[in-house]
Amino acid sequence: MNNWSYSAQRKLILIAFLAVPLALLGMFTYYPAVRLLFQSFTDWDGISASSEWLGMDNYKEIFTNPALFGVFLHQIPYVVIGVIQNIVAILFAVILNSKIRGRNAFRVMLFLPFIMNAVAVAFMFQYVFDTTNGSLNALLGFLGLESLQQSWLGNTSLVNYSLASIGFWRFMGYNMVIYLGALQSIPNDMYEAAKIDGSSRFQTLWYLTLPNLTKIIQLNMFLTLSGALSVFDLPFVLTKGGPAGASETFLMKTIETAFQFNNFGLASAMSVVLLVFTVIILTVQNAVLNRKGD
Amino acid sequence: MQTKKRTGWDPVNGLKYVILAIATFAVLFPPYVVFVNAFKTENEGGASPFALPQSFLNFDNFANVMDRANIVQAFSNTFLIVIASLIGNVILGTMVAYVLGRIEFRGKSVVLGAFLVATIIPTITTQVVVFSLIQSMGMYNSLLAPILLFIGADVIQIYIYLQFIRNIPYELDESGMIDGASLFRIYRSILFPLLGPATATLVILKTINIYNELYIPFLYMPKQELVVVSTSIMRFAGNNQAQWGNICAAILIIMIPTTLLYLFLQKYIFSGVMNGAVKG
Repeated sequence: MNNWSYSAQRKLILIAFLAVPLALLGMFTYYPAVRLLFQSFTDWDGISASSEWLGMDNYKEIFTNPALFGVFLHQIPYVVIGVIQNIVAILFAVILNSKIRGRNAFRVMLFLPFIMNAVAVAFMFQYVFDTTNGSLNALLGFLGLESLQQSWLGNTSLVNYSLASIGFWRFMGYNMVIYLGALQSIPNDMYEAAKIDGSSRFQTLWYLTLPNLTKIIQLNMFLTLSGALSVFDLPFVLTKGGPAGASETFLMKTIETAFQFNNFGLASAMSVVLLVFTVIILTVQNAVLNRKGD
Repeated sequence: MQTKKRTGWDPVNGLKYVILAIATFAVLFPPYVVFVNAFKTENEGGASPFALPQSFLNFDNFANVMDRANIVQAFSNTFLIVIASLIGNVILGTMVAYVLGRIEFRGKSVVLGAFLVATIIPTITTQVVVFSLIQSMGMYNSLLAPILLFIGADVIQIYIYLQFIRNIPYELDESGMIDGASLFRIYRSILFPLLGPATATLVILKTINIYNELYIPFLYMPKQELVVVSTSIMRFAGNNQAQWGNICAAILIIMIPTTLLYLFLQKYIFSGVMNGAVKG
């Protein structure tokens, strides 16, 4: 290859380096997206060679059948807990960014849940939330708070909050590390200046620290939102969507529709809905972040 | 002691330690309960869940798990998938970044756009179609299915590398050309090593993601021998309803290796996560 001109080499590299990645991109991203859209207008069962064209029927079904679109309501607690999780993460980032003993040890410990296997964590919390043998109820009993003892995963109005709080346990430290990184990039002399001006600790936090975090807070909020849209692991492992379907999520429904009821047409339409929602969130995110950034 | 500063007692500082103490308890309480119960016999299990076991030398639960949960196979399958996916991601990711970052050609903006738009299409939403695709390629129930999906369907590495390669001065390429090096050699010997920090970020993020992934192995590899860490504990718990001691032992066996790895590599993991968040 050494004897080739650089322009010939460029052409060769261009083809050799892009062929496989572009093939994969087409195969696993664009072809499925297009096929998904096409299938969403049909009643394909996943096996047959042919299928009936249904037009918008699948979409009508999704938006009018509360058993389908209504499950998004189950995912609101994940947004609520996610917002609280970000607030707490900022609090800990601020605490660990101050001069305090054992800073690194606390950071290591708070981040620890994030590296634990997600499924193992889910089972760990099955033991925490269990009604009769669970450690949370035992702890409440120990503290004399028997009145708060609950069927954490068996109560239809509580189950999604219980599940979402597992996410809180697992991801708070992750958010915190990201906020901590952002805090450390705020130049120290800004804090010196604030000190000289005699601003109180609260004023420093409110007028100096938080404004500097705006961009990363928005990023984390959008992550929380798009994460809440596609919740799957926790209810799938712990409750199988129960009790009485109270913890089913839209993605679980989609999988079920496709692989248990063999209704790939409807499942495709559901995937398209999920896809469109996610893309909307990300587009809004990019618009917001770019406006603030530049 | 540590709350005393030159200015005297500081209540805000005291409050910080109180908050940190509560957080410490909240983080460590669930693993503590799992830890003590992994050593309990079935009879002991009925008592208080946070009481210490009669003996920390009771390894029956662990023996049971090692016997029946395919833990060794789960770890080796997971390891294989992680390694193969990482190699694929690093090689293909740097190649694409090299072409898009260094070579001018017609249609470049289209290719770039195609990769960037792909980052906003969540993999999980297209599985209904990808599943049929994998099946028709004969890769259902094989390790190739997750490897190919982790290499092909997730394009975040291209974004990370592209951000990074733009900060490497083009003069380095030029000096290579003056020395008569081929473009492939410039890619391999100059740019690839300089992309090292991006590779480290990628390795950390992808390893954590793949290790935690439940959906893809569950969907594509139901076969017993193709168990990975995530599916191993799920199957084991499914077969052992209510045998807490066993399940706790399984949880511990799965958590200990990664926890140790984390404690040794914490510095790199933190910087990887921070870089990934800001760029991704």
